[in-house]
Order: sequence, then structure tokens, then C-alpha cells
Amino acid sequence: MAYDKFNVLTSTVVPLPAENVDTDQIIPARFLKATEREGFGDNLFRDWRYDVEGNPKKDFVLNDSTYNGKILLAGKNFGSGSSREHAVWALYDYGFRCVVSSFFADIFKNNCLNIGVLPVTISPEFAEVLFEAVESDPKTEIEVDIDKQTITLLSSGQSESFDINAYKKQNMKNGFDDIDYLLNIKSDITEFAKSR
Amino acid sequence: MEKKTLFDKIWDAHVVKSVPAGPDVFFIDKHFIHEVTSPVAFLNLEKRGVSVLYPERTVATPDHNVPTVDQDKTIKDKLSRMQVEKLRENCKKYDIELHDLGTDHHGIVHVIGPELGITQPGMTIVCGDSHTSTHGAFGAIAFGIGTSEVEMVLATQCIMQSKPKKMRITVDGELGQGVTSKDIILYIISKITAAGATGYFVEYAGSAFRNLSMEARMTVCNMSIEMGARGGLIAPDQTTFDYLKGKRYAPKGEAWDRAVAEWTALQTDEGAVFEKEYNFDAADIEPMITYGTNPGMGIKIKDLIPTDEGLEGSNKKSFLKSLDYMGFAPGEAIKGKVVDYVFVGSCTNGRIEDIRAVANFVKGKKKADNITAWIVPGSREVEKLASEEGLVQILEEAGFQLRQPGCSACLAMNDDKIPSGKYAVSTSNRNFEGRQGPGARTLLASPLTVAAVAVTGKITDPREV
Repeated sequence: MAYDKFNVLTSTVVPLPAENVDTDQIIPARFLKATEREGFGDNLFRDWRYDVEGNPKKDFVLNDSTYNGKILLAGKNFGSGSSREHAVWALYDYGFRCVVSSFFADIFKNNCLNIGVLPVTISPEFAEVLFEAVESDPKTEIEVDIDKQTITLLSSGQSESFDINAYKKQNMKNGFDDIDYLLNIKSDITEFAKSR
Repeated sequence: MEKKTLFDKIWDAHVVKSVPAGPDVFFIDKHFIHEVTSPVAFLNLEKRGVSVLYPERTVATPDHNVPTVDQDKTIKDKLSRMQVEKLRENCKKYDIELHDLGTDHHGIVHVIGPELGITQPGMTIVCGDSHTSTHGAFGAIAFGIGTSEVEMVLATQCIMQSKPKKMRITVDGELGQGVTSKDIILYIISKITAAGATGYFVEYAGSAFRNLSMEARMTVCNMSIEMGARGGLIAPDQTTFDYLKGKRYAPKGEAWDRAVAEWTALQTDEGAVFEKEYNFDAADIEPMITYGTNPGMGIKIKDLIPTDEGLEGSNKKSFLKSLDYMGFAPGEAIKGKVVDYVFVGSCTNGRIEDIRAVANFVKGKKKADNITAWIVPGSREVEKLASEEGLVQILEEAGFQLRQPGCSACLAMNDDKIPSGKYAVSTSNRNFEGRQGPGARTLLASPLTVAAVAVTGKITDPREV
């Protein structure tokens, strides 16, 4: 469904340097039982965020009030495992509009782009720079400009460009999704289907 | 003429059109849905005022959250019940084939698709589940999608996809005794890591795969996603055709002959280029087990758990965090570790050959006292065969609890949860933190290894029992 347009996002950052964060960590399977897309943010990183009694775990970054923002800075191979789009719904619902990592799992990245969370892939070196900057000063801001395809550490001006295909870029900028496009070419599809 | 891989041939035949500087409009032949990742897709269709374009191309079954006991009764868990009822409602409304709880072909979506002959060579198949890669065993392009894409397929039978890169993994040679297809795939993932095939689609080639049964090939393709690949496929051959012949939805009569002729052509051309190639020797593969919290963290059962030597920074941190979760120390032996549960089931290893392997092994033996042993058939058909072949009796005499079909403890959405801190040796596909229940510790292995563990109560090489 349509989502908010994405142009330039300037925000503080939540750092999560753990590697191989799979979608079962982002949202455990037992919280996938909804029939509507509502309230998933409450269970984002559920088992890292809360103990079995439901008390917040003090050492987890989402429970640390020094860090907040619309950008999640994640470790490498983020979003591996299950194809559950609920993982991205949970991130979006919690307030994240952008995830930055040196390496994303494939299906997760697709799911992000389909619902308006921008996945930004950066070099491992730049990831290290960003982690250091954010951890030494939680007020550090990052600017993500989709039009220029750049991500910039505002305190130092260090910047890197990132890839996104022109089609997805237009979608993100306009808040369009793929179905809008597909429904527009339905006659091409039904013609093609005759041969299958 | 341009040399094409098997993957290229199927992909190119399904591109409706290519978006300039963007993805392909990719046509989907068959779409499987289940109760967990479809309700929001249907809801959004309604909001848009759009219907299902080709309902005959979608097949549904409830599998992820269903209880594995008392399936003839109303589902107790309210949210699970609502999801299953929603699926029924949607299937009825849009005239979609549903294999409901208690019917002859109910089961895990990736078990019933092949069983019914829906899965066929040369097809494109998707489902809102990452283990859709299973169907690649038939020489099909099959992969998992998100709910937005489920909605796209329902509305337009297409998704927008950029063509992945191609990887070929060749394993030649004979497998040793006690070494199974699960060991092959755990071995491969341990070599190329849990992210080693991200961005690729894999073709499995070589005599080790040619010699596998269809069910064993499904186990391999199923876990393609566990090394990051979107999917993996194996070229169809006589084994594929023999499996499919006579299945409910397989072509019949002259149509069958035509289909086989077409399917036979689905091979990678000599000289076609893969962006990445790996070669392994089947003789190097031995019974495998995982010790950590991603499927790439696997070793031969006889080997020691690796140490953190040579690891730095976040790599080291992640490795030690993983071992800490598992309660293991770097450099110690995994063999002989006492465990609490065994689980036989899932879309990876819940088929009749898996049940047979376990039953043959435990015949006349008893499970160890410290073990709770669950066996969950992948489908009603598997359950029926297991009963007819006398396997159910053997397993029950050995102390296994036989449950009804579903995804069960593979992802623990229902009550089949491993308690916190307990160890489970499992035939499933993921050893992520909490995957089999909050705090549960999972070790992935083959059905044969799981059978050996059930009998001895500790991590055991099945060749040594």
C-alpha cells in the first residue's frame, strides 16, 4: 500500500552492530499471528528488548534513551532468514524509515523497498566510521538523500554514494508501490499469460 | 547461439517486459499461500478494490501456526484460529483451491506441492515463505516473497524482480555410508557461510545430486536460502519424471510425453557462464551438525567447535555471543554433549523417506530417558504412508510422540516449543536464537543423526551406533 514519500532524511541514529541479525530476531514467529498490519512495532526485537516477564532489558539499544532516530545502523548480513515482511512492518511501525548496513539479505531488502523503508548499503569501512561516530556522540546526525544517492555523516562531512535502481528510486520518492505499476500493464500480462 | 544456464532459460521465458533501468515484470506460474503471510495481502486487495486475477494458479493450505494435536477440533489459540479462518474465508471468496486441516492433502505447503504434482520442471513458483526454494528440486525457479509481493501475484500474477546472479555448486563422487543429503547441504553452507550466496540463484550439479532421490534433492534446495541464495535448482532428469508420473496434477497421456520432451531440454548449455562456481568432493562430506546460531555454523560431528582465534571486532563478538547463547565453549568437542529434545519434521525433512530413515534406525531400540522425541509428518499423505508401512508403530514403540502435520517446532508458532535453555537436535532448517521457542537451543542435523541422538541421548555420529 502507499507509504510516505522519501526524499531527504536527516536523523540521529540507533546503532545495532550485531552481525547476521535474522528476521526471527527482528520479529519472532509467535508475533506473526495478526490478520492486519498493525502494532508490529511493539514486538520489534522482542526477545532482545524484553525479558520473559516483559520487562525491558537495560542493555539493549532500543531501551537506551540516549539513542533514537529514524535510521537504524545495522551490522552485516542484516535481515537474513525468513521472508516475513512483518520484520519490515515492525521496523516501519516503530519509526524507522531507513536501515544502513554493509550487507543486506536479499528478500529483506526487497521487502524494505516494497513498503517504503530505504535500505542503504555502504562499505564496511564507512560502516565502521558511522558506528564510531554514533557511539561516541549519540546526537550524531546522518543525512540520506535519495535523489543524490548519498549518505553523509553531518559532523565531518564524510559521505558515500549508494545504489538504488531508477525504478525503485522513483517509487520511493513518490510513495508508489509495484502494484500500481503492474495494474497499469494488466493487458500485457493477460496477453502473456495465454502462452503459459 | 548464446549459451544459457538452466536458470536463464526459465527466467527469460517468464519475463513479460523489462522496466528500463529497473526490474523485470516476472510472470508466476504457481503461487502457494498459507495462513500467516496472506491475510494482509487479501486485505489490501480489498482496499484497492481489486480481485484475484488467476485463482486457478494459487493453492492454499494452513501450516505455519496450526496445532499438531486435535486437528479435528476448533483451534484453541484465538489468533491462530482467526488466521486459519481468514484463509478459509479468502479461499472461498476468491475460489482458491484449499487443502484444509483434516483433508487428505493437508500439510506443509512445500510438502504437498510436490506430492500433488503441482510443482513441475520449468515453472516459476513463489510463496510467502523463504523455503519455497524447496521446489527448485524439480528444475523450477522457486523462491520466497514478502506479503506485498503475495498481493502482487494475487492481483496480477506477476512480481517485479531484478534477475539475480548465477552460482553453480558442483559435488561429484559417492557419498559415504551414513551421509545424507542434509549433510551435503549443511557441509556446503559451512563452507560458503550463511551469507555466501546472497544475491545469487544456485544450480546444484554433479553426480552426488544426480544420485539423490527427489525427496533428498528437496532437502538440498530447501536450504539454499540458508546461505543467502534466493533459491537453488537441479536440472530435471529421469528421477524427476519418475517421481511426477501419475501424480494428481501431472500431465497425462500425450500431454505427459510432450511435457517430458520439453522438460528434458531444461539443462544448462555446455559453456554457459556462472558468476561464481564452487566444487566439492562428496568423499569429504561426513555427518554434520550445527553448533551456533546460524546455519553456516556447522561442523562434522567428529570435529571440535571452532575457536575465536583469528576473528576480530564484530566478527569475534558475534561468534562468542552465539556460543554463549548455545552454552558451548570454543574448541570443545560437540560429540557426547547431552541434549533434551529431538525433532523430526519440517519442509526440510518431514517427508516419508525421512520418517523411514528414522524408523529403520530406531527399530527395536528405545529412545534415551533424557530425550523427548517429537516426530511430525510433513503432510497427511506422509502420515498415511507411515502408518501403512508400520513405521508409526515402530516409532511409538521406540518412545517417539507422533503428531499431526504442520510446521510445528521448526518455527514454534504453535504450542510445539522447546523450553528455554534446552537443547534440541532438529531436522529443520534454522538454528537462530529462539527459533524453536524463546531461549531454545537448536542443533541442525540429518534425520539419521537425529535418530542416533534419540537413542543415545547425546550428540552421536550415526555411523557409530
